[in-house]
Amino acid sequence: MNSLLPWSALLVPLCASALIVLLFQRARQVSVFISVGAVLFSFVCSCLIFSRQDIAAAEIDWINFPGLLHVPIGFTLDRLSKTMLLIVTGVGALIHIYSIGYMREDDGEARYFAALSLFIFSMLGIVLANNFVMMFIFWELVGVSSYLLIGHWFMKDAAADAANKAFITNRVGDFGFMLGILMVWGATGTVIFREMAPRLTGLATNPAFLTLAVLLIFCGAVGKSAQFPLHVWLPDAMEGPTPVSALIHAATMVAAGVYMLVRVGFLVQASPDALRVISWIGTITALLAGLIATQQDDIKRILAYSTLSQLGYMIMAVGLASGETAMFHLFTHAFFKALLFLGAGSVIVALHHEQNIWKMGGQGKNLILTFVSFSVGTLALIGFPFFSGYFSKDAILALAYARQPVIFALALFTAFLTAFYMVRLFVVVFLGKPRSQTAFASQESPTTMLVPLVVLAICSLLGGYRFFAGRFLALPEEHHTGLVIPLLPLVAMTAGSVLAFLLYRGRATDPLNLRALRDRLYLDEFYGWIIEHTQDALARLSAFIDRWLIDAGAVRGASSATWGFGTVLRLLQVGNLQAYAILFGFGIVWVIYFVIFR
Amino acid sequence: MTTLGDYLFVSGTLFAIGFAGVLLRRNVIIIFMALELMLNAANLSLVAFSRFRVSASGLPNYHAQVLVFFIITVAAAEVAVGLAIIVAVYRARRTTHVEDLNALKF
Amino acid sequence: MPAPLFWFFAIVMLVFGALVIINRNPVASALSLVVCFLGLSALFLSLDAFFIGIIQVLVYAGAVMVLFLFIIMLLDLRAEERRKLNWVALIGGALVALALLAEIWSVIGRTKIAHQVLPALSSPRIDDVRNVGLLLFDQYNLPFQVIAVLVVVATIGVIVLSKRELR
Repeated sequence: MNSLLPWSALLVPLCASALIVLLFQRARQVSVFISVGAVLFSFVCSCLIFSRQDIAAAEIDWINFPGLLHVPIGFTLDRLSKTMLLIVTGVGALIHIYSIGYMREDDGEARYFAALSLFIFSMLGIVLANNFVMMFIFWELVGVSSYLLIGHWFMKDAAADAANKAFITNRVGDFGFMLGILMVWGATGTVIFREMAPRLTGLATNPAFLTLAVLLIFCGAVGKSAQFPLHVWLPDAMEGPTPVSALIHAATMVAAGVYMLVRVGFLVQASPDALRVISWIGTITALLAGLIATQQDDIKRILAYSTLSQLGYMIMAVGLASGETAMFHLFTHAFFKALLFLGAGSVIVALHHEQNIWKMGGQGKNLILTFVSFSVGTLALIGFPFFSGYFSKDAILALAYARQPVIFALALFTAFLTAFYMVRLFVVVFLGKPRSQTAFASQESPTTMLVPLVVLAICSLLGGYRFFAGRFLALPEEHHTGLVIPLLPLVAMTAGSVLAFLLYRGRATDPLNLRALRDRLYLDEFYGWIIEHTQDALARLSAFIDRWLIDAGAVRGASSATWGFGTVLRLLQVGNLQAYAILFGFGIVWVIYFVIFR
Repeated sequence: MTTLGDYLFVSGTLFAIGFAGVLLRRNVIIIFMALELMLNAANLSLVAFSRFRVSASGLPNYHAQVLVFFIITVAAAEVAVGLAIIVAVYRARRTTHVEDLNALKF
Repeated sequence: MPAPLFWFFAIVMLVFGALVIINRNPVASALSLVVCFLGLSALFLSLDAFFIGIIQVLVYAGAVMVLFLFIIMLLDLRAEERRKLNWVALIGGALVALALLAEIWSVIGRTKIAHQVLPALSSPRIDDVRNVGLLLFDQYNLPFQVIAVLVVVATIGVIVLSKRELR
């Protein structure tokens, strides 16, 4: 029984997805039931796994070349993975329930739930994998599920393009990931995490190799967790349904990068240069995303950039050599970000799929429960005392203060920005007067959408306390920084909130107009330019080779050579008898020479 | 005493003279005559071998002489036909210069 | 035949053979060829090939060369006009002919049988007409018949080729 639990937790969502695709695509209610049932089952299994100490799962030997390559299909079941199991299945279950209400009128409901179950299966695979190759396979599967879900409304060009963009950008990161895995395998001879740690001493003699391998593995996290420069897919991924944004692009999939780095923390922390790069990339991402978020007008885009920013914090923590701090923030972020997305979804549905914040307003009066839970989420995100985000964000800031003051300063400024754009969002959407007819007449969402909001709000409130989080995670050590740490972030948060409140209260349009930030710092245009020009250059090179080297050179060359040869030979046919006779005699002379005199 | 080599030497020289004539002269009739020289050189060497290869009964090897007989006959027939052709060509082209007879080209 | 006589006739043959190809006048070439054939016939006789020697004079010098002269007269060929000499062809042809000559001489010089002297015959006078005839009609009868047909064919061919268009 004990060894079956992990397998059933992993495989039941897959079976659900397969059943829906193969048999029940027409029967929408049945599909919903199967999918939600499957994820609840996995959640129960996860709880059981968590509560027991003696869980050991049977391993399947998939590839086994002794001494060369051993790739099993097996599970790691330590505290970290058990906690992630709970987060994935728990938040996943809540979002499944939310989706029942959200996708009620959608025609592709069955397809949606099939893809959602596939996602749960893939994500659990990443969490449970005990070796790099298995993790990579599920890594790609998660990318596929994300593609399917972002492109759920594929009839819209924007959604189809966004799905492509997400998958391709991820592939770029995964290429580096694969190279990193190969390098590590080459150096240690194994891909299994448990066996890798003792063999790292061999790599210590070649620090450059180790740094390069770690940075390449980090590329995978850069792609999956949308760090700079591969962050461009996450804002566009908001084209997918809001529950998808909540589950995949806030709570779980984008956290996979952080999880992976913590899982191989022994490898990452062996290279100080790589750590420095990682921490700086996290910081840059956090800062960049925070700046852009202050000028966005789409509610989901603001939350997407907020996710980017918080992921930057987590990666920053990983780079500052504290996986526990990163996991702590991941833990709390899962709850409040999912909450914020689901709340936004509730508002969007109430306003008949309107997403521009300047057409909302005054929702605090109409959507009471959504308003309350959204406030909880906002306060948690900006780090208001007693909410979960306060504890985890302060932990990261304390870490930065102790290890890298420059990064601390930038992180502090980002906290200020976080408060600014979240309060801006909150004020514009929920306070003031409704700015459109639909905003005026909005009504609260159905119960299936409200229950998850409540549950997540409770978790966002309690998530930071030691008695709650300490059961699941190894909490980071306390850094004794005196009063600096509680004080400075509070100052930043207050400053940001007050500034936003004063600027945006009672406004109908945005008083600030910073073009560069509004246009996302022109990074998308820059990438498009690069791709267009490299493709152009490659195409021109191929055309040149094809037209001049192959066509003119080889093909035409062969025919021209034959033709030329023939023309030359034709010159012998002069019609002159004596010329023939001379050639004839010449031949005879040569033959006699070769036969007799050699 | 003359040896077989002397006869062959003379025969070869005559052959080379005829060959040079074929290659160097421009008049078709002269070329034809040089061709006859080559044939006769071959006849000479055949007869020489016939005489120098005496059989057991003390007689020359007459097989070569029979061959020479045939060669002479065929050469005569060939000359007749060849000259008839030259006459026909002359009637058409009014020339016996071999460089003017170059219709058989590409 | 004593060696001097052999060399005399050989030189006559070679010189007049060369004159054939050197002469500009076709009639002079034809007459040189006749003398060359006479020399050749003498060489045949020196090899005890009496039948072949006579046939050479009768057929070649008597019939073939007469035919040549008839044709030269018929076509009323003058001396060859001077045309622009194609030096390349001339040099090339001369070289090829000289190369062939050199090769023939060296081959003959190397073979062992070239040093063989005239072997003795069973009797000083042999009846070679009879012997040749016996061989011809006995072993080579079929080729003989074929040659006869060939001559007839040649005759008919010549007549056909020489016909003028019937008016």
